[in-house]
Amino acid sequence: MAPVANPKSFCLDIKKSGEAPKLMDFMKGTTTLGFVFQGGIIIAVDSRASMGSYIGSQTVKKVIEINDFLLGTIAGGAADCSFWERHLNRLCRMHELREKERISVAAASKLLANIFWQYRGQGLSCGTMVAGWDKKGPSLYMVDDQGDRHKGNVFSVGSGSTFAYGVLDTGYRFDLTVDEAVELGRRSIYHATHRDGASGGVARVYHVHEKGWTKVIAGEDVNKLHYMYAAEKNLKGDE
Amino acid sequence: MGTEAMFGLTGKDFVILAADGQAAYSIIRLKNDADKIWKVGNMLFACSGPPADTANFMEFIEKNVKLNELRTGIPMSTKAAASFTRNELAHALRKGPFQADLLIGGIDNEGPSLYFMDYLASSEKVNKAAHGYGAMFTLGLMDRYWKPDLTEAEAIDIIKKCIKELETRFIVDLPGFKCKIVSKEGTKDVTL
Repeated sequence: MAPVANPKSFCLDIKKSGEAPKLMDFMKGTTTLGFVFQGGIIIAVDSRASMGSYIGSQTVKKVIEINDFLLGTIAGGAADCSFWERHLNRLCRMHELREKERISVAAASKLLANIFWQYRGQGLSCGTMVAGWDKKGPSLYMVDDQGDRHKGNVFSVGSGSTFAYGVLDTGYRFDLTVDEAVELGRRSIYHATHRDGASGGVARVYHVHEKGWTKVIAGEDVNKLHYMYAAEKNLKGDE
Repeated sequence: MGTEAMFGLTGKDFVILAADGQAAYSIIRLKNDADKIWKVGNMLFACSGPPADTANFMEFIEKNVKLNELRTGIPMSTKAAASFTRNELAHALRKGPFQADLLIGGIDNEGPSLYFMDYLASSEKVNKAAHGYGAMFTLGLMDRYWKPDLTEAEAIDIIKKCIKELETRFIVDLPGFKCKIVSKEGTKDVTL
């Protein structure tokens, strides 16, 4: 632990004092989204990692394949998210071995939420969605670094989430076909990356169904999507 | 004060609680169908505050009340449950406080009781109560229309007036109000 008077609040104190400006600048720029529909769950994410105005990477993987039937998304601190979601993988496996049955999405998300609750105030930065298909059908949970856990049908997390919500909410219907749903996910991410400077790179879309999950779109450049969507409206794309 | 609204009244032989259904994160409304009224034993606990605090605190209280029931063989009285809950809030207050405000409603042998409890661990048995900014708009209303021995219909009417008032005067639109009644027959949901 940090050799200071209050090790528990070290991360937040350093950030507040401004003594190490680059140290605590977690990469927060992201758009991730997920929604439940008749064909399962669509998870769509961007791939940009930004630190202030510097683009660290355009090829980040923001979906963590927790196991064959559970997906987790990353928003906030990449290290925090990927570490704890990989830890969740271990916990899910232990559950399977002990109980001789797969862990439910509700239980998996609760395990993660409890970890965040325990580390509350110590500076973890994480907004994640846990999606999977279990005995109760498809379930989507949003879990964040405060220990909040919400079950729902439509969520978007990250700096670009408000932009994505606009497109997502107006285009969403429970009875979308799989193709329509994938397109809605991709389009929502594109629109968010267009307006949010901290989101960009490529759009990735996953589909969670009864038999597990499929990576439907491995990565489509959002710049290409911009001109493609503009052409659909007979526009040049510079309006 | 959270931009949440919870209120409750005692009736002739029941207690009615209502809470909004909004779960928010910064400026985003994550959910409009959240259920903030918990069923604990044969009582109702309406709990507002950050979802992490309320969920963890209420799950802890819920399971402990159940444990007490299993150990003693009889359901916990509302007075005892309120006292236990307040004690837990008080213990946590100067260590790691729970940001949870509560309204506890239940029926005992003495009749219906409603307890107002807040995150500072204060607790009072009252006839009408409200939490959040919503309280500022609804307490006057409840004082005006409450009387002893309200019927269910009259109480539901007052709740509806409160929600209407919030829609009129509160700048934050609070969707999805849920309303529940606890009486000798148990708990039930009320469609507003």
